[in-house]
Amino acid sequence: AGPVDSKNEAAMSELVPEPRQKPVVPMKPMGINTSLLGYIGIDTIIEQMRKKTMKTGFDFNIMVVGQSGLGKSTLVNTLFKSQVSRKSSGWNREEKIPKTVEIKAIGHVIEEGGVKMKLTVIDTPGFGDQINNENCWEPIEKYINEQYEKFLKEEVNIARKKRIPDTRVHCCLYFISPTGHSLRPLDLEFMKHLSKVVNIIPVIAKADTMTLEEKTEFKQRVRKELEVNGIEFYPQKEFDEDLEDKTENDKIRQESMPFAVVGSDKEYQVNGKRVLGRKTPWGIIEVENLNHCEFALLRDFVIRTHLQDLKEVTHNIHYETYRAKRLNDNGGLPPMTVETEENHESNL
Amino acid sequence: QNVGCRTLSLSAHVGFDSLPDQLIRKSIKHGFCFNILCIGETGIGKSALVSSLFNTDFEDSPSTHFLSSVRLRAQTFELQESNVLLKLTVVKTVGFGDQMNKADSYQPIVDYVDAQFEAYLEEELKVIRSLFSYHDTRIHVCLYFISPTGRSLKTIDLLTMRSLDSKVNIIPVIGKADSISKTELQEFKKKIMSELTSNGIRIYQFPTDDETVSEINTITNGYLPFAVVGSMEKVKIGNKMVRARQYPWGIVKVENENHCDTIKLRRMLCTNMEDLKEKTRAYYESYRRCRLEKLGCRDIGPENKPVSLQEVIEAKRLEFCLEVERKEEEIWQRFVQRVKEKAAMLEEAEQQASMPVLTEFEHLTLMHQEGELKFGEEKLLEDEKAQFVEKKGVTESIQSQVSVSSPVSLK
Repeated sequence: AGPVDSKNEAAMSELVPEPRQKPVVPMKPMGINTSLLGYIGIDTIIEQMRKKTMKTGFDFNIMVVGQSGLGKSTLVNTLFKSQVSRKSSGWNREEKIPKTVEIKAIGHVIEEGGVKMKLTVIDTPGFGDQINNENCWEPIEKYINEQYEKFLKEEVNIARKKRIPDTRVHCCLYFISPTGHSLRPLDLEFMKHLSKVVNIIPVIAKADTMTLEEKTEFKQRVRKELEVNGIEFYPQKEFDEDLEDKTENDKIRQESMPFAVVGSDKEYQVNGKRVLGRKTPWGIIEVENLNHCEFALLRDFVIRTHLQDLKEVTHNIHYETYRAKRLNDNGGLPPMTVETEENHESNL
Repeated sequence: QNVGCRTLSLSAHVGFDSLPDQLIRKSIKHGFCFNILCIGETGIGKSALVSSLFNTDFEDSPSTHFLSSVRLRAQTFELQESNVLLKLTVVKTVGFGDQMNKADSYQPIVDYVDAQFEAYLEEELKVIRSLFSYHDTRIHVCLYFISPTGRSLKTIDLLTMRSLDSKVNIIPVIGKADSISKTELQEFKKKIMSELTSNGIRIYQFPTDDETVSEINTITNGYLPFAVVGSMEKVKIGNKMVRARQYPWGIVKVENENHCDTIKLRRMLCTNMEDLKEKTRAYYESYRRCRLEKLGCRDIGPENKPVSLQEVIEAKRLEFCLEVERKEEEIWQRFVQRVKEKAAMLEEAEQQASMPVLTEFEHLTLMHQEGELKFGEEKLLEDEKAQFVEKKGVTESIQSQVSVSSPVSLK
């Protein structure tokens, strides 16, 4: 086969629009046998894929966990620039704290740039608010597993739906109280149990109560404690796909996380611009100003760069783990052993 | 679908409109795969066409006409265009149409297509599975090569296409189309399409529901079957090397749309890859449904209540156990019966044989012989019993595997 025409190569790269956020994936070395001469049209598959996903839309399910008063609802509203939290759907601030942990899921349909998203926000009122908080993560773990079970049931049907509705929790924001000291036993217990079944993103709530130094120190201490306790929060080290992912995620894991955030749904005038912020006697805290807090980092991380990855890790890893466990302790049947390649298991 | 959901409007830019890009970026990293099946007689130009479609020289050696049965040969190639990496698998029939008796020619092809579905189903049913990194070998499109006779379809064409039209997307093409004149070609195409319709054979229709492509796809649907010409050789025309076939009376250029439909086919394959794959997924779903139903699995139980897979497995296991028990009992009863019969027979023989004339010695000898016979019989019965116990053991171990093993082994 002859060498690729250099003019063709330039023409080829013009035809493909570059993905918005990241640099184009570097060309892999040529595989066995062949090299293409002239344009074929294989790369049109990218446009076909884009069209298809715009048509079908996306599902995203986000859970917020933390003691009451930490600003969970406000933060979620700020993230999605709209009144998505349950607080806005007819509830008021004076409502009683529930006696046990409740799970409340509310779905919304939002659209941006032609992309339709069905967003479900799952709130957990009552978490950490009781006198005795032992095992208060259990209803949450149960809910998460119930969603896996729902999906599994649909998947093993004989006549399956073309697109199985996805109610699995893709991301769990865990709100840490900004004490400035360290994590509480409840924080550690929750994250230890749940980091094995769902992607946990720890955030430090109401970060406007700490100075810059206090913030940095607190973050360092929290990271250390999480590491010492073997808690793997998202993005988990073991799921980095390649060097590019690893370098990018290492930076996030070791420097940015946990994100110290401030939420607000009020706008103020600052330097001639309307910004979201909190007004105090000593100044206006701008939510989207990276010098003031890390909200913008959290938003970009969860929504603009890692949303698809959150879903994929949930589907390819957490769900598969649940499924394997479920099929293995199959009501009464003897546990199946992984034998040679010939005798692989099945659930039939 | 969105019951109980309210539509909200956003007060500012959130940023999830980058989702398609995030998805595309991941897909590019992962790479794409596409599997083509080429069915056609030996020498009809399958290899030449594939080389021309992807404008690259796939190494292949021409095959003989003397194979006793139809076989399939699969080759995988990695192609790259800008940043899209495509794992292309081309499966060709070998020896199709060469046999004296072509009654079974289509069977190896159907078996192959089913085997790919089966392999995917097996992976999907594993307890610990890795669907994400599984190399999907399901056939996405089948190019069926029609001989350029200019008359009509052959019986074997109809037979083969009918056996495949519910399992794979079929695109009929006329091979070596440069041997037909333009006018003959139009008539031939019309005849073929009407024969396909009147025989109820479903071929792939390019999708016309999306307005951006419906017009061009409707036009393309009108060009079916594609009259293709392929060439492994290049001819110098002007100062370029182009794929062409050189005749004394002129040059047939493969990439010239006035000369043949090869470029149309290429364009249509590439721009409808996603749709072809989606329809393949639908074919797979119906294969899966049939397969699971054949094994006795149902979604709804006897009282019309939904049945979980566990309950189905447990029910099947019980059924199987009872069946085995019943058979065991049957065999045991037969064994007992035979022992009784044998014993009765021997006694009778003994009585008959014992006559008062016999001396003591002869009597003893006779008794000894009879005893040996009896012992021989009993030994035979013992052996049978031992064999049966062994068989029972094997059956039991198979049974415990069968109830949890893959569908293939039940085939």
